[in-house]
Amino acid sequence: MSASARPGWMEKPRPLTQAAKALALAAVVLLVCVPFLVIVSTSLASTQEVVDNGGWVLWPSEPTLDAYRDIFDGGIVTHALGVSAGVTIVGTLLSLACTVTLAYALSRPGVFGGKPVLLLVLFTFLFPPGMIPSFLLVKELGLLDSYASLVLPVLVNVFNLVVLRGFFQSVPEELYEAARLDGAGDWRVLVSVVLPLSKAALAVVGLFYAVAYWNSWFYASLYLESDHWPLQQVLRTYVVAGAGLTDATTGEATVTAPQTVQMAVLVIATVPILLVYPFLQKYFTKGVLTGAIKS
Amino acid sequence: MLPGAAYFLLFHYGALAGNVIAFKEYVPFDGLWGSPWVGLGNFQRMFEDAAFWDSVLNTLWISVLQLVFYFPVPLGLALLLHTLTWSSVRRFVQSVAYLPHFISWVIVVALFQQVLGDTGLLNSGLSGAGLHTVDIIGNPDAFKPLVVAQVIWKDAGWGTIIFLAALAQVDEQQYEAAAIDGAGPWRRFWHVTLPAIRPVIVLLLIMRLGDILSVGFEQMLLQRDAVGPETAEVIDTFVYYQGIVGGDYGFAAAAGLFKGVVGALLVYAANKVAHRLGEQGVYK
Repeated sequence: MSASARPGWMEKPRPLTQAAKALALAAVVLLVCVPFLVIVSTSLASTQEVVDNGGWVLWPSEPTLDAYRDIFDGGIVTHALGVSAGVTIVGTLLSLACTVTLAYALSRPGVFGGKPVLLLVLFTFLFPPGMIPSFLLVKELGLLDSYASLVLPVLVNVFNLVVLRGFFQSVPEELYEAARLDGAGDWRVLVSVVLPLSKAALAVVGLFYAVAYWNSWFYASLYLESDHWPLQQVLRTYVVAGAGLTDATTGEATVTAPQTVQMAVLVIATVPILLVYPFLQKYFTKGVLTGAIKS
Repeated sequence: MLPGAAYFLLFHYGALAGNVIAFKEYVPFDGLWGSPWVGLGNFQRMFEDAAFWDSVLNTLWISVLQLVFYFPVPLGLALLLHTLTWSSVRRFVQSVAYLPHFISWVIVVALFQQVLGDTGLLNSGLSGAGLHTVDIIGNPDAFKPLVVAQVIWKDAGWGTIIFLAALAQVDEQQYEAAAIDGAGPWRRFWHVTLPAIRPVIVLLLIMRLGDILSVGFEQMLLQRDAVGPETAEVIDTFVYYQGIVGGDYGFAAAAGLFKGVVGALLVYAANKVAHRLGEQGVYK
């Protein structure tokens, strides 16, 4: 696609229309970017500057990393960061493995039990079991206060499953036949034929899982003791609800954490998303659409 | 296929079966299966509970506001993006607009507090200009518009994807033919663009209808304390506070089951209506 291609039949828009469009687009970009800028700037400002400014800073006059140094001195945020990273990595890998194998089985015609399983899976989309029964189940399984409670109950996501299944189905049948003729079994076909062709879908689904694990806090608040909390739950307690942050050196809760520290925690919780986002962004539309069309 | 299927059996159907608790009085010592039956007692109590109906009303209210104020935004944004001929600008705006979808509700709520809270960006600006400050975050009257604004901020950009895809599938030649026949931009929009994306609009409306009793559980839970349950209690938070906080599991499960059944019935009904109108709907 060239930078600007207006088909011959389309009339040139009037300047007023163009100005209105430009304004609308600028508004969208600013509405998204300005809040992030405020957060990052405030986290980099000195406490004094934040107080002088009445709570926030748009552009720090003397940027300092003090807030980040306070956080990484150890204590609750460092630990929570580790928990979040661990749950995200382990959870994403487990989820991908289970989703890929199930999606592959459901994508092949004539698999034993394929049809009923697919219907059972799709039905859960229409009728989710509900919060209380799920909670009681986790409790009865003895998963309370274990990290498994953050992963197992949300192991496979139906939407992601449908996206992958759609992708696997779009692999040409000839490739399956060729692989079979070469004597490849199901695992072999999956690993050396299907998966390499589905990189885009794997990237999207992997990202969706990773983002979901990284962002989750509610299960942690239900199932875990506070010393095992992931970052988002810490953020919820100390930033959104404004509780006192535990002092790293004395181990006692201090008064509400300074604004700069709160904003630094917020930045730390956001940065991983911003880092993976550009790499995977090009796959979104493709991945999401296969899922949307098939379902 | 086994691990995935096992997961669905255990965590979905196992939990689904756990809904029997809605017909029981949960006694922790006896566990899920050993607790005594109370028949429809929990449902009866629920239908007589004013707080439950308040939460239903709040949920419906927020759903309607979202339908009116949120639903058209992604559509409008997609149409705007679709008219951009400068593809690098379009891609840039799209990337920026999708981004908030990936930010957790905790962060979104914290961002809104930062911008609209008593000491936030807006109020600092207002007091700096010598004007009255406004309390948006803690004001019950502002709560419903606030949560709709948050949904728009977070998901409107992401919601454009499906519309953009539908728009991209419209045959370029139809536009050309219409233009040659003398149809201006508005007529082309009305006769070519709109019919082409109608199935998608119907599909999304049906799905929205099925979710009419679910409005952002995490979002509400995070902000309920700031304005109180009268305004911010929705069915999901009602279930949470009755069951998990209050320990009245059977009662809360009854409310949850009520929500699930009504949602599924609504999708079923809406799909039927869509078929009558000659649309594809969610499923055949």
